[in-house]
Amino acid sequence: MSVIYKKIQQIIGPLIFLKNEHNAQYGEIVKIKTNDGKTRTGQVVKMDEQVIVVEVFEETTGISSENAEIIFTEDTFQVKISKDMFGQTFNSLGKPIDIKTKIALDSDILTEVQRDINGVPINPFAREYPVDIIQTGISVIDGLFTLIRGQKLPIFSVQGLPHNKLAAQIASQAKVISEESFVIIFCGIGIIHDDAIYFLKRFQETGSLQNIISFINFADDPIIERLIIPRIALTTAEYFAFEKDMHVLVILIDMTNYAEALRELSTAKEEIPSRKGYPGYIYSDFASLYERTGKIKGKKGSITQIPILTMPNDDISHPIPDTTGYITEGQLVLSRDLHKKGVYPPFEVLASISRLMKDAIGAEKTREDHADISSQLLSSYSNYLEVKDLISIVGEDGLNYEQKNLLKFGIDFEQRFLNQKEDENRTFENTLNIAWDVISNLNPNQLMRIHQKYIDKYFQARV
Amino acid sequence: MNKSNSETNSILGYISAITGSLIKIKGLEAQIRLHDLIKITKHNILGEVIQIYSDYIVAQCFESTSNLRINEKVVNLNEPLSMELAPGLLGNVFDGIQRPLQKAFGLFKDGGLQRGLELPPLSRSKKWHFTPKNKNENNVNEGDLIGVVQETPMIEHKILVPPNNSGKLSFLSDEGEYTIIDEIYKLKKNNKEKSFSMLQKWPITITRPFKERTISNIPLITGIRVIDLLFPITKGGTVGVPGGFGTGKTVIQQSLAKWCDADVCVYVGCGERGNEIADVLKQFSELIDPKSGNPLLDRIILIANTSNMPVSAREASIFSGVTIAEYYRDMGYDVAVFADSTSRWAESLREISGLLEEMPAEEGYPAYLPSKLSSFYERAGIVKLFGNSESGTERTGSLTIIGSISPPAGDFSEPVTTTTKSFVQGFWALDAGLAYSKHYPAINWLTSYSNYPDYISEWWYERDITWTEIDIDWFDCRKQVNDILSQDNELKYIIQLIGEENLPESQQLTLFIAKLIKNGFLIQNAFDDIDNYTGVRKLLGMIKIILLLYKEGKELLKQGFLLEDIKELKTIIEILRINHSIRNEDFNKIEEIKNNLINEIESMKISYGVFRKL
Repeated sequence: MSVIYKKIQQIIGPLIFLKNEHNAQYGEIVKIKTNDGKTRTGQVVKMDEQVIVVEVFEETTGISSENAEIIFTEDTFQVKISKDMFGQTFNSLGKPIDIKTKIALDSDILTEVQRDINGVPINPFAREYPVDIIQTGISVIDGLFTLIRGQKLPIFSVQGLPHNKLAAQIASQAKVISEESFVIIFCGIGIIHDDAIYFLKRFQETGSLQNIISFINFADDPIIERLIIPRIALTTAEYFAFEKDMHVLVILIDMTNYAEALRELSTAKEEIPSRKGYPGYIYSDFASLYERTGKIKGKKGSITQIPILTMPNDDISHPIPDTTGYITEGQLVLSRDLHKKGVYPPFEVLASISRLMKDAIGAEKTREDHADISSQLLSSYSNYLEVKDLISIVGEDGLNYEQKNLLKFGIDFEQRFLNQKEDENRTFENTLNIAWDVISNLNPNQLMRIHQKYIDKYFQARV
Repeated sequence: MNKSNSETNSILGYISAITGSLIKIKGLEAQIRLHDLIKITKHNILGEVIQIYSDYIVAQCFESTSNLRINEKVVNLNEPLSMELAPGLLGNVFDGIQRPLQKAFGLFKDGGLQRGLELPPLSRSKKWHFTPKNKNENNVNEGDLIGVVQETPMIEHKILVPPNNSGKLSFLSDEGEYTIIDEIYKLKKNNKEKSFSMLQKWPITITRPFKERTISNIPLITGIRVIDLLFPITKGGTVGVPGGFGTGKTVIQQSLAKWCDADVCVYVGCGERGNEIADVLKQFSELIDPKSGNPLLDRIILIANTSNMPVSAREASIFSGVTIAEYYRDMGYDVAVFADSTSRWAESLREISGLLEEMPAEEGYPAYLPSKLSSFYERAGIVKLFGNSESGTERTGSLTIIGSISPPAGDFSEPVTTTTKSFVQGFWALDAGLAYSKHYPAINWLTSYSNYPDYISEWWYERDITWTEIDIDWFDCRKQVNDILSQDNELKYIIQLIGEENLPESQQLTLFIAKLIKNGFLIQNAFDDIDNYTGVRKLLGMIKIILLLYKEGKELLKQGFLLEDIKELKTIIEILRINHSIRNEDFNKIEEIKNNLINEIESMKISYGVFRKL
């Protein structure tokens, strides 16, 4: 079937130029075999009547114009999927690996299906508006920024904050309240070996490993594989969600490494850069990943995404978080200040939002008072921050009664509502009860955002 | 878009190069026109010709070019990208090149949008009840009324003679059920007879003709207080709405589409989230129009080209939307187009320009960004239309365009925002700071503007409520509110230095009133059943009460009362609650509050007046 070529015309960075003597397909996958026994994968990215340009997914070091055989596979990039994948870790080419040694295992998985990694865009009309929740067991997420099945809700972090811990906790605790099957697809993009081993260890400790499929692209792997691996992960997710009726949560970490790979490749292709050297199509490219989330009318399963990214220079207006925020349905922002105070998870709650939450909470879904209490917590916490500023001017003694209440509330909110242990799994009921307990530091007439009937029912005055 | 007849007698071309969504084609260069459509026959992929050279042409494909090969056949479809215009548009959802997404879902139940999908945009088999409104043997010209179809309970679809056609009506169908391709009438001119169905086609990049432009003096009432009072828009006007992520662009666009007093709305979801389209569809099917009692979906047309759909179709989508809007405008309706977001559209322009290796201007955008943007916004306006209505009177129609802008990092100095400012008359700047403090709609009153107030003050004057206690009209209200808010802004800096309590009481009063305006008037909850829409009279009542308090307050201070006394007036709490407690139709309750305020002030004067003066 496949045609073998011997003659490479030019090699420039990740690009190989071949004479077009073969009727290649645009986007076709090619294998490059060098005489040292290595096989690399590449894709046709440009072609005309004379030349075919192939982008190589792995390092081009070691390829010469004489030592390589080019094999056209007649196919686009496919990934093999099977239910045997649970509990295993795969590399950027979809091969099972041992995380600790990074060596590809001999045991290939039994393939159920093969799918093109680029998927097919979802018809907007076919989308079902997401209204069902996922419980993460983390109070600040469940209580204030509820995660919805079919939502894409990123975590904006910065270097030095415990986003790995948080990701591992979400992966091991997240579940749907109904008895439907719920699985995790964990996709590490350019992560360091220590982190990869940490994740594996956490998954083993919590006993969640059998529910998780991991795809890992290590920091020292070729950067071009960073562009492939999230697509493999999402293709796998689509299969289990839309063909096997499962609820799939995809965790992508770290999208900053992905974007940097995109920029590096774009520069190699001599494209015109847009902001900070990132290509103009970074929005469309991000969307082609993030939009592979959601629910489809008539299907039981769903795909939810939590992309995690580290903001370069702590800057939320940097193209990576900025572009992400424009596509995703909200964002969860982590704060250095709270982290220094020892609060875990250190959420900057006023900068965070979950846009799909409004239609998914309340009576029969979570609890009748959920919307009111979460809005009151946010509003009172913002008042607390103002009071804190005031203290630096007038001192704590200069505060009035209400302001002193707010001070007590704020500290309690950070220490008891936000703060929880990395293996502490709280139910919705528990989270909302803590919320009421914290809010009880305030006077009932300070609770303008809560309906009176809920105050009567849930408010317990402090003695 | 299926042109089976032209395919057969066309010369075939072939693909000679592929880069991204662009293909080079040889063999068609001699006969093809710029912007004509081509089709790659094997895969059913459509493309548009964007460059013609002596030995090849360049086309951008509306779908993914994966799996294409060099030498594959290409056919010239001999027509530019056009919209199908006929009954059946309302309540429907199309992609950027008018493929019907509902029908596509019917074909592909797995929910994917398969490549090479070829479906007529409008149903060929659905029958519509046509009622003729003209007579045989009449001479008719373009725009003249032939008959009507009740397309939805809200909108009567007028079948008009298409542009550039005229003649004697040699045949006219009787009242009855017809599909959009059935023959409805014939026109005879110079002994040539031409047959017409209800279906028309129109190229998306060409403005549909009209008699003449006029200047609009009627506001588009949006029900959003900050817009209707401070930054109004006219029917036929243009507005740009820039804002960083999370500032509420989409909520504003959706509220407007729901509540504004246009007859027909075209909502273009251009490069935005798929779940938002699902949300719009869900909300509009569930929401009932208060005037007619029908679902709001009956007056809306959705164009959805979400961010993960092909980029070149995104570029077309806003022109597709405006073309459909012009068609309904030609029937004499007030039509509003919501484009969310024009930045995504501009980015698609930039992507294609990058593939063409054109010399970039600012931030990689092509140098022709301004001319492309103006060709979109300039299709708005209020116009006198060709043709006469049934009663023989001249008709007018309007097309309003509201485009949202997503500036990177919320930076309004970027090219799309600055360029848009040159072509729009209104600018609603959404502010991240306001959004952070939960002030929605986050329209910044200092940086936003509207050039329309002078044109529409007359309209408001005619609808004014007359209160003897405060004799100012809408235009004066605006002036006073702007004045109070700008004083508030100036005083902000002084307060940081000397503290609020060290200001003179009159300035403290201004600050207090500014706070009332912000919390009781400007902040509006789009999700509250009462607060989501404020009618004209409620708006005037609300703002006049606050200004009345300001006027009386100044007087009281002069008479020696303390600001503390004014702040403790009980009616103030009632004023703050008008927004979500009093319905538009209960205007008498607002008057009651005004009377309470007057009475409370009077009784305060009587009981303390003498004492304070001492």
